[in-house]
Amino acid sequence: MIAFSKYYNHFNIFSAFLIIISLILLIFKGLNFGIDFKGGTLIELRSVNSKINVSSLRDKFSQMNLGDISVKKFGNDIDYLIKFENKDNKKNIIEEIKVSLDESFGKDFNFRRVESVGPKVSAELLKSGVIAISLSLAIMLFYIWIRFEWQFSLGAILALFHDVIVTLGVFSLFSLEINLSIIAAVLTIVGYSMNDTVVIFDRVRENLRKYSDIKINELTNISINETLSRTIITSATTLLALLAIYFFGGEILKGFSLAMILGVIFGTYSSIYIANTVLVRLKVSQRTILKEDDKLEN
Amino acid sequence: MLYFSKLRIVLIILFSLLFILIASSNLFKIEDSFFDKKINLGLDLQGGSYLLLEIDNAPVIEQKLQNLTTVIRNYFKGKNIKINNIKVNNKNIFFNVSEEDKQSVIDTFDAEDSEVNPYYPRFKSHQLVLEEAGFNFKIGFSKQGLIALKTSSQDQAIEIVRRRIDEVGTNEPNILKRGNNRILVELPGLDDPMRVKSLLGKTANLTFRFVSKDNNDSFGVEKLKYEDNSQEATVSKRIIISGDNLLDAQPQMDTQTNQTIVSFSLDRVGAKRFGKATSTGVGKQLAIVLDGMIISAPVIRDTIASGSGQISGGFTFQSATDLALLLRSGALPAPLNIIEERTVGPDLGQDSINAGMISLSIGFLLVIIFMFVKYRIFGLITNVTLIINLFILLGILTLFEATLTLPGIAGIILTVGMAVDANVLIFERIKEELKNEKNNIIAFDSGYTKSKTAIIDANITTLLAAIILFFMGSGPVKGFSVTLGLGIFTTLFSVYFIARLFTSIYVSRNRNKEKLI
Repeated sequence: MIAFSKYYNHFNIFSAFLIIISLILLIFKGLNFGIDFKGGTLIELRSVNSKINVSSLRDKFSQMNLGDISVKKFGNDIDYLIKFENKDNKKNIIEEIKVSLDESFGKDFNFRRVESVGPKVSAELLKSGVIAISLSLAIMLFYIWIRFEWQFSLGAILALFHDVIVTLGVFSLFSLEINLSIIAAVLTIVGYSMNDTVVIFDRVRENLRKYSDIKINELTNISINETLSRTIITSATTLLALLAIYFFGGEILKGFSLAMILGVIFGTYSSIYIANTVLVRLKVSQRTILKEDDKLEN
Repeated sequence: MLYFSKLRIVLIILFSLLFILIASSNLFKIEDSFFDKKINLGLDLQGGSYLLLEIDNAPVIEQKLQNLTTVIRNYFKGKNIKINNIKVNNKNIFFNVSEEDKQSVIDTFDAEDSEVNPYYPRFKSHQLVLEEAGFNFKIGFSKQGLIALKTSSQDQAIEIVRRRIDEVGTNEPNILKRGNNRILVELPGLDDPMRVKSLLGKTANLTFRFVSKDNNDSFGVEKLKYEDNSQEATVSKRIIISGDNLLDAQPQMDTQTNQTIVSFSLDRVGAKRFGKATSTGVGKQLAIVLDGMIISAPVIRDTIASGSGQISGGFTFQSATDLALLLRSGALPAPLNIIEERTVGPDLGQDSINAGMISLSIGFLLVIIFMFVKYRIFGLITNVTLIINLFILLGILTLFEATLTLPGIAGIILTVGMAVDANVLIFERIKEELKNEKNNIIAFDSGYTKSKTAIIDANITTLLAAIILFFMGSGPVKGFSVTLGLGIFTTLFSVYFIARLFTSIYVSRNRNKEKLI
């Protein structure tokens, strides 16, 4: 049996530290919003001629007066990703770019993807993303409250907050782009982390009924150990699937799968070291559970 | 938990086979018309355009109010009430009346059978709201009035958009209302998104008006630019015929000048007016104005009574075809702005399909190997279940003709990763039970029973996340929530029916074996 409970304090301090760092990053550095949430235009180009270098392409785009612009290679040597503000909201901007590129480089470019999001839509998308994440947290809180006791609900929700904030913190630290699929990833993380927490909580509850003489500290430790092999195996298979998406699923899914990978790691960690320590700190005992059972019997 | 009746076994096998059959209909072309459902590929996989258009209702409101000023003036004139200083400003009509007329104006607007201010009994609201300040009145649209106006211009606009897109001839376009001032257009497998964008971006308001030599036109004049930005001309505001009078328009080759032209034919009213105007205006220039720009302004040489004519203006064949198309489909009630666009080229779509399939196969393989190494015979059971699970999931997607997107494929891969969770929970529990229980069958039975609440709770949390995503997400992300959410149901089914069936067969045959798992 691994003595997880021995490190409850250490890891709580570590988590608090992680959350504070993440919050500082989120407040002062902020997130790198993609065009979904910031508005603007994105073009994915593939060049037939691989000899074009990225700086000459960048120069060309800078001359076109498109506002804030970024030109980057995208995954390999022939694909480029161009993002710009399109401040003046010109209607035929894509056509103009096509003409202008054909002039300078010959008909070398294939427009593989064009995405354009107006300021109104991007504000709406951001709002609905924030609502979706908040709503999911609220629903999880409520669900666990119904199925368990409020102490469990609090523990689960703190673990979720930790996962979401730290994952976003990593995205802020490395200036990784936040787009619609990242919101999907965060929501899935919420579901997954909850899943993990619920399995351990279920065992804690069962053990609370079984043993009246074991302190909650030791009891959570027993429960974590009993479910540990399941925790490891499920995390492993989920991570294997996610790694497959990350490495072979193409550039578009990279950010999504990275967010999920981080979320699975943090989610597994937080189920053990946050959700359970909340139960310990709130001094959950057999009485907490029996109250609930009494209610059910009446 | 380990007992299955014969009937249930048959049902489970039939159910699984049915879905395997349905799912495999995507892979092979079955010539049978009896079952021709298929999973739809999302725009991100097959290539195509997603356009969100917003109707700019401001000009419509302005126009409606402008028309209303005439209605109000005439109506009160008939009642011997003089309306002074009536004007439209910033989405409101302003006017004032004398003191004795004030109350009767208010009464007219407040009456439920008011002729100038329609009443919507269903919403208990008038179309217009009248505000008074002394002898000054301000009229604006009420909330319901504005909604009615927006809905009607949306209805008209969606009809015109549909006509234009049908004329371009894309396969299976999807044109839907969004809110009361937006239109969503999904165009799968589109070759030339720029053409459609430029077609939808034009209001196509066509008018024929005389070019004025002097500025003393009784209808007023305005300066308009030529389409090629070369010069300006002063054009009368009097409209001789408009796009509404057109019956047909077609691109043609003028054999004499070797130019591409657009020929048109007019309805009866239009032909009559056109004939009259051309007979009185020989020698004058007739400007053909489209969306506030002059296409051309030919000199009238002769009376045209036939009700047909031509527009020339330095067209290429493509631009003549597009103009004819726009004229045939009619003018939009208000300008449309593209506020969101997502276009994926067909080759990127194919690359995404390939990447999705490769990562699905690799992810699947990794999970299968892992499970086999970890659990041997029970790993094998899990793996067979996993494959059937995948087929059932694809079968359901086929049955509902759901749209599969790239994130949707990611949802399937994630389902593969998480689907083993339930089996792992059960097997681990059985292992624990076997520590205290010598009877294999009892241990397996209680393993299944005791792990149930954890499995249900754990899956419901993921399902809740998927449901929220489904309602909040759009496009590709929605596809993710669909596969993830359906994956939970198919997983629970396959774990509790298929895997349990295999397990029960294996356990009852090896009931006395030591170290079963």
